[in-house]
Amino acid sequence: MNNGTFVAVDGVTRVFPARAGMRDVHALGPVDLALSRREFFAVVGPSGCGKSTLLEIIAGLQAPTSGHVLFDGTVVVGSVPRGIGVIFQEDASFPWLTVRDNIAFGLRREGVDGRTIERRVADSLALTGLRAFADAYPGQLSGGMRQRVCIARTLVLEPRLILLDEPFGALDQQTRLLMGDELLRLWRETGATIFLITHALDEATMLSDRVGIMSARPGRFLDVVTTGWPRDRDSKIVAAPEFGSITSHLWSILRDESIKAIEANPVA
Amino acid sequence: MKIERVAAVSPLSRAGEVAILVGFLIVAWQLLHYLAGDIAMTTPLQTFRYTARLLVTQDFWVNAAASGQAFAGALAIGLVAGPVIGILFGFHRLSGEVAEPILVALYSIPKVILYPIILLVFGLGLAAEVAFGTLHGIVPVMLFTMNAVRNIKPVLVRTGRALGLSTFAMMRTILLPAALPEIFTGLRIGFSVTLLGTIMSEMFGSKRGLGFLLMQALGVNDVQMIMALTLMLVAFASIANAILMSFERQLYRRT
Amino acid sequence: MKHGFGIREATLVRAALLAVLVAVLEIACRTGLIQRFTMIPPSEMVVSLVRLFQNRDVLADAGQTLLSVFIALACALVAGFAMGVALYAFPRARRIADPLLTTYYSVPVFVFYPLLIVLFGLNAIPKTVIGFLYAVVVMAINTLNGLERVPFVYWKTAQVHHLSRMQTALHLILPCAGPYLFTGAKFAIAYAFVGVIGSEFILSTGGLGYRVSFAYNNFQSDVMYGVILFVLVIVVCINMALYAWERVLMERRGGR
Repeated sequence: MNNGTFVAVDGVTRVFPARAGMRDVHALGPVDLALSRREFFAVVGPSGCGKSTLLEIIAGLQAPTSGHVLFDGTVVVGSVPRGIGVIFQEDASFPWLTVRDNIAFGLRREGVDGRTIERRVADSLALTGLRAFADAYPGQLSGGMRQRVCIARTLVLEPRLILLDEPFGALDQQTRLLMGDELLRLWRETGATIFLITHALDEATMLSDRVGIMSARPGRFLDVVTTGWPRDRDSKIVAAPEFGSITSHLWSILRDESIKAIEANPVA
Repeated sequence: MKIERVAAVSPLSRAGEVAILVGFLIVAWQLLHYLAGDIAMTTPLQTFRYTARLLVTQDFWVNAAASGQAFAGALAIGLVAGPVIGILFGFHRLSGEVAEPILVALYSIPKVILYPIILLVFGLGLAAEVAFGTLHGIVPVMLFTMNAVRNIKPVLVRTGRALGLSTFAMMRTILLPAALPEIFTGLRIGFSVTLLGTIMSEMFGSKRGLGFLLMQALGVNDVQMIMALTLMLVAFASIANAILMSFERQLYRRT
Repeated sequence: MKHGFGIREATLVRAALLAVLVAVLEIACRTGLIQRFTMIPPSEMVVSLVRLFQNRDVLADAGQTLLSVFIALACALVAGFAMGVALYAFPRARRIADPLLTTYYSVPVFVFYPLLIVLFGLNAIPKTVIGFLYAVVVMAINTLNGLERVPFVYWKTAQVHHLSRMQTALHLILPCAGPYLFTGAKFAIAYAFVGVIGSEFILSTGGLGYRVSFAYNNFQSDVMYGVILFVLVIVVCINMALYAWERVLMERRGGR
């Protein structure tokens, strides 16, 4: 393990213990992964392959059955380490708070003083383009805006590793592309490491430095593709000549895995 | 704080769990008896014995029949007129919007306070009891039916049109079956509150019926009778409701 | 979607309908179409209502009823909430109690009134207990409902923000389940009134329900209608206030 490794996933597996009448569910692994600082890493894979489980294990929301995760040198065990932010697929914005109060939520619970909260929330609002909506309620905003609120609420805590579990899954394609640009901009401005799970192959190729392709359950990395994009990219990278070949490479591996996944689980 | 999804409860048969519940209630009953004494309560066993004896007396059945009459009458009106009016209000937007707050208000006021007015209008007797029972039952039936009709997914209507169905055929074959589960919930609740209204009317100003028997027993402090009647009414209401509930579950499962 | 002309039109029609109904009753009563012993004209009902505010006995009754309702309600809200939380925390207990919860409101709660009178005597306790019994379970059911509907992602969010149990409960779970708790409270209030006033009506030594039955039995039409009107006005006003408040709260949340 070299010094540049920020997050190290080492032989991680996740087995869900047998319940009444059913067998153990081997959901994930073994998985090995090393993320460098300031890297943008995307994961693609068929439904049910364990991507979300991997994300939650890295975050400390679940414990691995075997193996371990090192975050900046310390083992992740039991709780979410400070410095990790998570954005989920479902909308986790709080409808009873204004956008401003949503963003301030984490800081307030930690007892940070009012003035600092004001400053950092203002920064976060500006960073995510939500300044005009600071006093609106999430219920009055669209799905994309609500996800931005969740992102702003995460960013205000200045995480060094940001985990995103299909954050744009509920949005339409065009909004997704715009949010992708947003994400890249935030990535550059915060200097954080990003771990993104997505179903959309073009999104994975467009946004990331490396893409990990996961097999059907139990998920293991079949291949990790390096895109080699420059750091200051945006959605227009789709025009690059390599874009098509990378995406089709992803699909060529993924297609068989997806068929396997469907055949193993015909019922949704 | 660690969060794991709550593990599934190990499977006890449903009957087993109901048995535990009933057992728990009987034990609680017995304990309450110890606290309250013989003058105030009878034990479960005593109550069952007394009930068995009561069930063979003519006096009981005369009154039960009287209650049954009033109850059936109120049900017949409320559970037939209720859905019909509810459907009309459901399909006709404006009527529904006008009626809904009135019905909701009716649902939440102590309707018993209107009973004297009903007595003055209908006089003492069966008519007043039926009217009171109907007043209780028709309100939830209308509300639920209205809601059920309003909640019919628009895509079903469009599908009906796309299939070239006439309005009547569409209602009969697509829309009402879709709304049926929720309508049935209203009927079930209507059944229970009609019973409540019927018994209450007898408890206040009647010379017959199980409610009347109950108040009569209170008047002479006949604790055994009070407990037996209470037990029977509770049992009847819960069992009837459980049966209706199982129908309802089937209806919902279908959709 | 339902704002603008839609709602306003319905309100106007409803107001017009009620006004017509009152007018018809007024005319029918005054012309003798409806006999005096059946119903007094609505205008006289209002006059009687105003006069009743100066009647010491009636005010004492009102005080008694409202006190009973208040005690029953307070206990029901606290106990109902606690029950809901307990059922949420212990799934096994919840499954066992489930048949009881679903059949609870099918039982005519007033059948327990005679038994309670035997146990506690003919005073304010039985009717308060009935009010409590009627209101407590609906609060418990709605509390349970609200807790179960807390999206799982909120629990995960709490962990990511390193919240303690207390913080999660106070700042996340409670506000999230708030609308359901409010619904439970709304029903509990209505049911507490029904329980107390219903019991007073059947048999009591005081309270507004008693006053109505007393007036009925003694042919005091004006007092009877006055008190009935009084009760209706109180209950309807409280309910309308609650619904209005709820609408305000829900609009901010965008209906979530």
